[in-house]
Amino acid sequence: MRLITHNMLSCNIKGVANGFPLLIEAGKVIEKEVDFNPDFLRHMFAKIEWKALVEGARSMGYAELPEDSPDATVLDSDESFLKKLHHALLELHLEEGALVCPETGRKFPVNKGIPNMLLHEDEV
Amino acid sequence: MPSRIAEIRLVSSHREVYEPCDDSFALVDALLADRTNLIDHNPKICMEIGCGSGYVITSLILLLKNEVPGVHYLATDTNPIATRVTKETLQAHGVDADVICTDIASCLEKRLAGSVDVIVVNPPYVPTPEYEVGMEGIASAWAGGENGRTVIDKILPVVDLLLSEKGWFYLVTLTSNFPAEICLMMRKKGYASRIVVQRSTEEENLLILKFWRDKDEESLKKETSSSFVSQFSRSLSSLMEKQWR
Ligand SMILES: C[S@@+](CC[C@H](N)C(=O)[O-])C[C@H]1O[C@@H](n2cnc3c(N)ncnc32)[C@H](O)[C@@H]1O
Repeated sequence: MRLITHNMLSCNIKGVANGFPLLIEAGKVIEKEVDFNPDFLRHMFAKIEWKALVEGARSMGYAELPEDSPDATVLDSDESFLKKLHHALLELHLEEGALVCPETGRKFPVNKGIPNMLLHEDEV
Repeated sequence: MPSRIAEIRLVSSHREVYEPCDDSFALVDALLADRTNLIDHNPKICMEIGCGSGYVITSLILLLKNEVPGVHYLATDTNPIATRVTKETLQAHGVDADVICTDIASCLEKRLAGSVDVIVVNPPYVPTPEYEVGMEGIASAWAGGENGRTVIDKILPVVDLLLSEKGWFYLVTLTSNFPAEICLMMRKKGYASRIVVQRSTEEENLLILKFWRDKDEESLKKETSSSFVSQFSRSLSSLMEKQWR
């Protein structure tokens, strides 16, 4: 699972008001190269929760993203920023580890890159 | 050059995971038939619900790969073994998607609402006793409850929530699922629909339906339910005649 997907996941246990963002416990992180596509990044930027991305990247060992959400204009002017965004969103994979609900502390395991978000019967 | 789709010999398998079958092939044929439109559609986020072996999502990726670069692909299944098998199938074809083990798309609903441009679903559609739905293991791959509609009817509102303004939805159904009624339910949510592929095998009569948001509010209002259903039946029988001829 990559950070682009992490940015879309939330804990949906019944009664949880704030199940986003899930904290990342990184066991194994791998990198895979993906073709650089500025248009795609511009499209996705509007949907990204910046703080969740920065924290997620940091827990996966990548601390190059600026702390504060950059102004959308940098998307057209700053290639080095785009490259960092590309790397954080699309090239880092959480292979083994867990995602932790920020409200309940419930852990969702991640094995072979796949988060298991299935809920127990008493959680739905 | 013919478009590439997933190769059966590269599709991973497991006895607890649904193997690509007539329904899977019909769905991929529908995507192939609609390929030019999909390329023009230029999707940014595509997802499959109930990915099983991964045959369909892998085919979708291969189908669009060269013409539409920069797409985020997601796939979900409730069966943890299916999610692993899907990953293996993707890998064997040299492509990638993020695969999540979840019920329909429940952990994605909050953040992904209104963002998905293409959703494909080959649901458990076989009419069965209700208790077989969602059981552990392979039965949950086909068991659809009353009229085969239990899981389908749960998927429809989720799809409506997730689809972007321009989003498209492809769904495998049987004639015994009362597809005209499914289209009518979606019509009431503002969707137009058409049959992309119709195929009769010895056991079942498969229809691949495509849905998209209809901009023409007027025609929505004018239509009565009964005129809609009879129109649907007419286009279905003309398709079936064509197949048998
Ligand atoms: C008919 S099989 C289709 C598999 C594959 N997409 C194909 O076309 O060959 C249906 C799949 O949906 C999965 N499924 C059943 N109920 C589900 C649910 N509530 N949420 C997500 N997936 C589900 C099953 O585990 C199974 O893999």
